[in-house]
Amino acid sequence: KSITTLRNQPWRMKKKLETLKEAQEFIEKFEGALGKGKGRKFYAYKVMMLKKWMKFKRDFENFKTACIPWEMKIKEIESKSFGSSVASYFIFLRWMYGINMVLFGLTFGLVMVPEALMGKPYGSMPRKTVPRSESSTAMDFATLWDFGGYAQYSVLFYGYYNNQRAIGWLKFRLPLSYFLVGVGTIAYSFMVVIRTMASNANQEGGGDDTSFNFSWKMFTSWDYLIGNPETADNKFASITTSFKESIVEEQENRKEENIHLTRFLRVLANFLVLCCLAGSGYLIYFVVRRSQKFALEGLENYGWWERNEVNMVMSLLGMFCPTLFDVISALENYHPRIALRWQLGRIFALFLGNLYTFIIALMDEINLKLEEEAVVKYNMTIWEANLYNGTLSENSTRPPIEVDPADVPRGPCWETMVGQEFVRLTISDTMTTYITILIGDFLRALFVRFINYCWCWDLEYGFPSYAEFDISGNVLGLIFNQGMIWMGAFYAPCLPAINVLRLHASMYLQCWAVMCCNVPHERVFKASRSNNFYMAMLLFILFLSTLPAVYTIVSIPPSFDCGPFSGKSRMYNVIQETLENDFPAWFGKVFSYASNPGLILPFILLMVLGIYYLQSTSKAYKAANIELKKKLQNIIKVPDLILTFHFRSNIDNPNSNLSPLMTNVFCLCK
Amino acid sequence: MGSSASQLTKELLSEYQELTFLTKQEILLAHCRFKELLPKESRNTMDYRVPMEKILTMPELKSNPFRQRICYVFSTSEAKDGSLSFEDFLDFLSVFSDSATPEIKSHYAFRIFDFDDDGTLDRNDLVKLVNCLTGDAPETRLSQEEMNQLIGNILEESDIDKDGTVNLSEFQHVISRSPDFVSSFKIVL
Repeated sequence: KSITTLRNQPWRMKKKLETLKEAQEFIEKFEGALGKGKGRKFYAYKVMMLKKWMKFKRDFENFKTACIPWEMKIKEIESKSFGSSVASYFIFLRWMYGINMVLFGLTFGLVMVPEALMGKPYGSMPRKTVPRSESSTAMDFATLWDFGGYAQYSVLFYGYYNNQRAIGWLKFRLPLSYFLVGVGTIAYSFMVVIRTMASNANQEGGGDDTSFNFSWKMFTSWDYLIGNPETADNKFASITTSFKESIVEEQENRKEENIHLTRFLRVLANFLVLCCLAGSGYLIYFVVRRSQKFALEGLENYGWWERNEVNMVMSLLGMFCPTLFDVISALENYHPRIALRWQLGRIFALFLGNLYTFIIALMDEINLKLEEEAVVKYNMTIWEANLYNGTLSENSTRPPIEVDPADVPRGPCWETMVGQEFVRLTISDTMTTYITILIGDFLRALFVRFINYCWCWDLEYGFPSYAEFDISGNVLGLIFNQGMIWMGAFYAPCLPAINVLRLHASMYLQCWAVMCCNVPHERVFKASRSNNFYMAMLLFILFLSTLPAVYTIVSIPPSFDCGPFSGKSRMYNVIQETLENDFPAWFGKVFSYASNPGLILPFILLMVLGIYYLQSTSKAYKAANIELKKKLQNIIKVPDLILTFHFRSNIDNPNSNLSPLMTNVFCLCK
Repeated sequence: MGSSASQLTKELLSEYQELTFLTKQEILLAHCRFKELLPKESRNTMDYRVPMEKILTMPELKSNPFRQRICYVFSTSEAKDGSLSFEDFLDFLSVFSDSATPEIKSHYAFRIFDFDDDGTLDRNDLVKLVNCLTGDAPETRLSQEEMNQLIGNILEESDIDKDGTVNLSEFQHVISRSPDFVSSFKIVL
């Protein structure tokens, strides 16, 4: 064990090697002696196993480090060009990729594969077959790109799944599995995000401590990973500016030249931003309504733009509004760090507003479809009666008539519709991001590089110049994309798979774009303090994403002829059904007692009280911490006081007996 | 304790793994990079010390304002000329690696910032430190009164016993509260 502490010592390698050799010789010499007697063989065996175990652990650590995907790529970005702030975006991307892999594993392995392998094949049931009216266009690329036709009637979407309780020779409970996977993905995501937030908070330690501003700027501001002279120069400049800024701030209160003008400008800027947000919300609502109108009149009559209007408008808004906010914020004249926070907040509000307007419009569509469903149900009874019209003589026995599944009239499956909307949104979002990278970064870099030779002003330093890597915009885009996945995964099990592919491609494309077309930032901001800020946003989005899904599960009845819950009055009834049929009777009784509101309410009360208690103890600890710190600072001053007292008393009374005591105390304190 | 062969023996490799914070791949990569810095004739002996000017041509250190201090701190040569042997090089990489403890990083950071090697950071050390951080161009340097103000503030914050210098324990106390230190005090080959 002493050997493991060797590496923690700040000694020279030579000294460490000598110590190691001595320790090893000592062990070898006394190994026999230590294990004398009966236990000797066992002791030797134990030591050998311990050595083997250490070696195994070391090899496993090496293997684990080698296995982390893209580690070399990220380290290259960190050290060659950009420092730790840009690399933190890629680390975040990799972490998201990990989460999406797990979600993909759950949906693919527990939902899609069982239905594909053990469920009824394509064409055997009405819900699994393309209707006769659509079958002529079902294989067209345009339909498939829109996720209609054969793509719609497959395991990719909710509507394909059969509501049979147990399928195949494994008796796999598919509806139960579908429901639990949906709940499980959300639970897993919550757990992972909160765990990461907690470990980040632990690492940051006493984050409230702002008393060391200058010292931190001095000792910790240099990023040792910078290997590029250009970045180094930028870093020098930013360090100098930050020194000068803090000196000035410390020295005097900033005299506001014209405080009323600044306030007025800031209010004006906020007003403009609110107008933009309201405008974009209304635009989305208007466009979704128009698309409903188009759908009613039949989509074939319209061109590509009308069909994809909603997604394109949302993506374009996401592209142009942040730049608009940037321009407006020039009015405000804030410190850059505060301006960045405002900008992030506004982009966040924009995306959130857009997403929720989209969902509300979607809800309207769902209601329309529910009405349509009632009409179809009514029509179906008439259709069935017509089928039997010729062969029926009495009401008692009805032999089943063979009808091709493609001819059965279908209900409008609102769940599949919701899934399709989310998938289309994700795809168009991805396309927009990639096109923005190609045009905004790559073509711009090409233009600046090659046209610079024949242009009037210097393009590289002047107006367009090369693009900087927009960390906050990219991180927000990633977070919102994930929010859409969480919202839609219940209705389209293919969404996590699509997202895994998308993130994989993004990693390579953005790594290439950063190395090839971007320049290091002018102001180099530290990444670590923002980490928990992004995690908090992710948590918030996760919470908001689960609300619509949970609302639809709990309050809207599932479609009568598609999906694993068809025929039930509510989707969560599958749990009750399982409890009744698959578990022994006493289990059901226990569960019904446990879910009694009389038991749940006191439990919730207990949890609230627990939270309050933990909150107050943590406040008490923080206060005790501050007290101890003050004491530490004061206690160093005690020897000074004692010294002055000692000198004074010596001057007054040279023969005092106190002097030896004082010298002793003085020695102790030093 | 170098070996006379140009390859690392297995037992040396495992010893280095135990004594440093580096993984096997990192040690092998360091070995390759170090060999590239050696002149052709001495490629077979590992006892050779690479002079400081050669070390400073490495891309990881070229832009670092503290590169000379790093060489001086990690060098074990008697001539105090900043030349590094392979073991010094491994020491350097181990301290700056991802898995090194914050205590060892802050210990070495203190020694790097201590320009006159007297065991404390006094006023002159801090002045030199600020000048290193603001770059070499004359327009980025701080004026005399700005410098005094800055040093005064720093000493006020970190100097607990008010003796005008920052010693190792005060330095480590300040650094341990910083969230950025560990992630920025890193060098990767």
